[in-house]
Amino acid sequence: MMMLGLGSVGLVLLSLAVQSGHGAQDSAVWSREETTERNYYTRYHNMSEITAWMEQMKRENPDVVSSMVYGQTYERRNITLLKIGLRSTERKKAIWMDCGIHAREWITPAFCQFFVKEILRTYKTDTKVNEMMKNLDFYITPVLNVDGYIYSWHNESTRLWRKSRSPGTGGCTCYGTDLNRNFYANWGMVGVSTDCCNLFYCGTKALSESEAWAVTDMLGKMREDILAFLTIHSYGQQLLVPYGHPNTTAPNHDELMEVGLGAAMAIKAVHGMDYTVGTSPDILYPFSGSSQDFARLIGIPLSFTFELRDKGEHGFELPEDQIQPTCEEAYAGAQHIITYTHDKAFYSYAATVTATLWTTLLAAWVSSAILL
Amino acid sequence: MVILVWSMGWTLLILLVVLTVVHGNPTVMVRTGSGPTVGFDQHPNSVPLGEDIQTTTEGESEVVEEVMTTGVLNPSHYPARRAATVVQHYLNTRYGSPYRWIFLSTVHSGSAEEVAEMGRKYQLALTMQEMISNVSGQCSAELFFPGGEGQSAPQVQASCEGLHQSNTTAQEEAFYQQHRTSNNLASGNNIPDSYGHVEPSMKPFWHLGGVASSFIMLRESNESTLYNMAQVANFTQLETEKDQLRFNYHVLLHEMISQEIIHWKLLVTWSPEQGVQVLQTELQPKCHHCEAPPNTTN
Repeated sequence: MMMLGLGSVGLVLLSLAVQSGHGAQDSAVWSREETTERNYYTRYHNMSEITAWMEQMKRENPDVVSSMVYGQTYERRNITLLKIGLRSTERKKAIWMDCGIHAREWITPAFCQFFVKEILRTYKTDTKVNEMMKNLDFYITPVLNVDGYIYSWHNESTRLWRKSRSPGTGGCTCYGTDLNRNFYANWGMVGVSTDCCNLFYCGTKALSESEAWAVTDMLGKMREDILAFLTIHSYGQQLLVPYGHPNTTAPNHDELMEVGLGAAMAIKAVHGMDYTVGTSPDILYPFSGSSQDFARLIGIPLSFTFELRDKGEHGFELPEDQIQPTCEEAYAGAQHIITYTHDKAFYSYAATVTATLWTTLLAAWVSSAILL
Repeated sequence: MVILVWSMGWTLLILLVVLTVVHGNPTVMVRTGSGPTVGFDQHPNSVPLGEDIQTTTEGESEVVEEVMTTGVLNPSHYPARRAATVVQHYLNTRYGSPYRWIFLSTVHSGSAEEVAEMGRKYQLALTMQEMISNVSGQCSAELFFPGGEGQSAPQVQASCEGLHQSNTTAQEEAFYQQHRTSNNLASGNNIPDSYGHVEPSMKPFWHLGGVASSFIMLRESNESTLYNMAQVANFTQLETEKDQLRFNYHVLLHEMISQEIIHWKLLVTWSPEQGVQVLQTELQPKCHHCEAPPNTTN
C-alpha cells in the first residue's frame, strides 16, 4: 500500500518535472520560431533574423508573398525585397517602400516588418486592403543598407553608424557613402560633402554605391507601374515631399502637400503625435541626390520620405516599447497615401469607362428619339 | 431598328448602374474616411502656400517658395524650429535636474529680424513639455544670435507658465541624500543602450546628462544647428564636494544639420539648491581609426 502511495507520488512528481522541462523547451522553441507572435514585432531584429523572417513570410503566405534579390551591397550581401500582392496574369501597378537606408535608424526596418505583417494579417478580412492587394503589388525592402545595418549591430560604439561600408578612395581613409546623397538627382550639388569622412559624403560619382544602383535599376524597370515611392527614415516626426534640392518644385506639389497633410492627420489620430509636412529645404535642410528626388524626377507621382519618432529625446535609440505605437501611426500614414494613390488610379479608370458609357447611352437615346 | 436601339440603351443603362454602384459616382472621386477631403487650414502645420509659383512641365526648376528667415516665421519651417530648440536648451540649463527634463513640443508663432550688423533676434511663442511629469507649459522667448566672426553663444530670455508645476522636490531630495554619502559611487554606460532601454535606476543620471549637455548645446548653437543628446556614453560619480554631487560625464551629441555625432566630456555638479552646473567641458576628437575591421560578419 505504502509502496503504491510512494510510487504514485513519485509518478506525479516525475510527470511534473517532465512537463516543466518540456514546457521550458517548448517556450524556447516558441520564442525562436513563433515570429507571428505579437511580441516579435515589438523588438529590434538583426539582419539574420530579418532574413529568416522574410523566408517565413514566404513560407506562410506562398500565394501572395515572393522575394526578389535585386542587388548586392559593397560587402557582397544580397539586397532583398518582398513582393506582396494577389497573383494576377496581368501586369500590376506597384507601391515601393524601402527601410534601413541609414544604418542607425533601427525603427525603420521594424516598421517595414510591421507593415508586411499588417497587410498579410488583414488582406483576407479587410475589403479595402484586399482590393489593394488585388490591384497592386507591394515591393518592400526591409533593409536596404545591409552592410551598414549589420555594422551598427556590431557593438555599442558602432550603433550610430549612418552610411554604407564602402572604403574611402584617393587617400581618404574613412568608410562609407551616404546612400541618400548618391542617387542621380542633381547629384553632388547641395547638402553634400566631398570629404569621405563626412556624414553626407555623396560618393565618387552618382550611383558609385551598389545599393543606390540596385534601387535605381529596379525603379527604372518599373517606373511606369510605380504609383507611390515611400522611403522610411528616423528621427524627427516629419513627412518630406520632393524636392530635397532647393529652388525646385514638383509639378504636383499641391497634391503632394495635400496628401502629406492628410497622412499627418491620420498619424495624429492614432496616438496624438505631430508630424510636420513639407519639403526638406523648408522644414529640415536642403540636399540633393536623394532616392525621393530621383523617384519624383523619373515620374513617380507620389514620393514621400517618412521621418519616424521621436523628436530627440531618444533619437536613433528609440525604446522597444515605442516600436508598436510608432509603427501603428506610421502605418496609418502610409495607408492614407497608398489608399489615395490606389483610388486615384483605379477609380479614375472606372470613371473614364463610366463616362464613356454614359455618352454612348445618351447617343443611343438621342438617335432612337430622332428615329421615333 | 428602333427595338435594337432601345434594347442597346437598356443594356447600357443596366451596365452603367452596376458600374456606378460598384465603383462609385463617376463625377466624384471615392475616398476613404481618412481621405484628403479636409482643407489645408484645418491642420495645425498647414500654411497657405500663397507665394508658390507652380511649374507645369516636369523637372523644370523655378525659384518658388523661399523659406522666410526674416519677418513672420512659418512655425513648421526650420528657422523657427532651430531657434525653438535653443530655447529648450536654455530652459534645461535654468530649470533642469535629475527629475526635470524639458523638450520642445510645439512652435506656435515666431518672428526674426536683423539687428544692424550685430546679429539676429527672434521672438517665439512655444509649448514646452516636461518629459517626466508630462506637464506642458506655454512659453514666450526672445533669442539673440550674435553675428560676426567669433563663435559667440546665443542669448536667451524666456518665461513659461505652468512648466514648474511638477513637484520634484521630494524625489530630488531623496536622490540627493541617497548619493550624497560616498559609500557607493554611482556609474553607468550606454544610456540609453542600443535598444533604447534605460534601467530605472539609471534614469535620473540620464536626465542629468541631458541637462548638463544642454549647457554645451546652448553654447554651441547657431542658426545652422539643431542639437540633441544622443546618448550618455558613460558617467562616473566623484566624491561629493561642498555639498554638491559631482560627476564626470562622456556624452554623445547628435547635431542634426550635419548629422554628426560629437563627443564631449563634462564635469558636472548638482544639488537641489544649486541646480545643475557644468564646471568643465572638453571636446573629444572624432575617432576615425576607431572603426571595426571591415570583415564584420553577422
